[in-house]
Amino acid sequence: MNFQDFIFYSLASVLVISALGVITLRNPVHSALLLVLAFVTSSGLWLLLEAEFLAITLVLVYVGAVMVLFLFVVMMLDINLDRLREGFWKWFPFGAALALVMAVEMSMVLMGQQFGSDNMPAPTPKAADYSNTKELGRLLYTDYVYAFELAAVILLVAMVAAIAITLRSRTDKKSLNISKQIAVRRNDRIRVVSMPAEKKE
Amino acid sequence: MVSLSHYLVLGAVLFGIGVVGIFLNRKNVIILLMSIELMLLAVNMNFVAFSHYLQDTAGQIFVFFILAVAAAEAAIGLAILVALFRNLRTINVDDLDELKG
Repeated sequence: MNFQDFIFYSLASVLVISALGVITLRNPVHSALLLVLAFVTSSGLWLLLEAEFLAITLVLVYVGAVMVLFLFVVMMLDINLDRLREGFWKWFPFGAALALVMAVEMSMVLMGQQFGSDNMPAPTPKAADYSNTKELGRLLYTDYVYAFELAAVILLVAMVAAIAITLRSRTDKKSLNISKQIAVRRNDRIRVVSMPAEKKE
Repeated sequence: MVSLSHYLVLGAVLFGIGVVGIFLNRKNVIILLMSIELMLLAVNMNFVAFSHYLQDTAGQIFVFFILAVAAAEAAIGLAILVALFRNLRTINVDDLDELKG
């Protein structure tokens, strides 16, 4: 067991344990923090796979943006945890059996010969001056530039949608409505009351 | 020696945990979203592992786009959650039956 194996197994066990904590812990804040731990450990695993740019992106985008958003929302909402935990263990046997069957089936396929070290040996490590970021950037702006622009549009649409969904116009706001003021007519404001004239005594 | 199948099995286990999370937390929308993030992470793990062992950078490009779309999905999902809580004062899935489906 060399050093790389040791790192892989320790990171993988931390990842699996924190993922289990995410789905079983009672407090959503703890779940969110454990999900942060899961993302950080998997970025370590990606470093082991020589995907340096994506490892850093995972930490920056997920831990820095998405999980902070999650934590904001979790702390902002005042949730009744007892009602949410009702029937928590009721579906556990079914779900666990389903997931176990799924994982075992996939493992039986994936641990076969075709993905082992004989058929797919680990590639030779890249040279020290090889830049993963440079290579990804070159591909992104040449072969995948159309998809890259589409991703930009998707992010823009998501931003507009998120703002539009949560925007609320205040009802107690006091402001002038100019067009309404101009469009007003005499009949809207003045009511002529016809009264019979009183007699002089 | 760590081979490709180690990473693929790790991805499968993560995906299974995400599925169990959806079964366990059927009432809590926040944990449901987190389980979906776990499943996306498992998929990304597979992409990166294949990209490394096949020496093809296209897999990493795919992970890049998945990250972008997942970030957009999380933003919109949480925005819907906030709007929901503001209107109904609950995020319990059982209470979200306005459409009577």
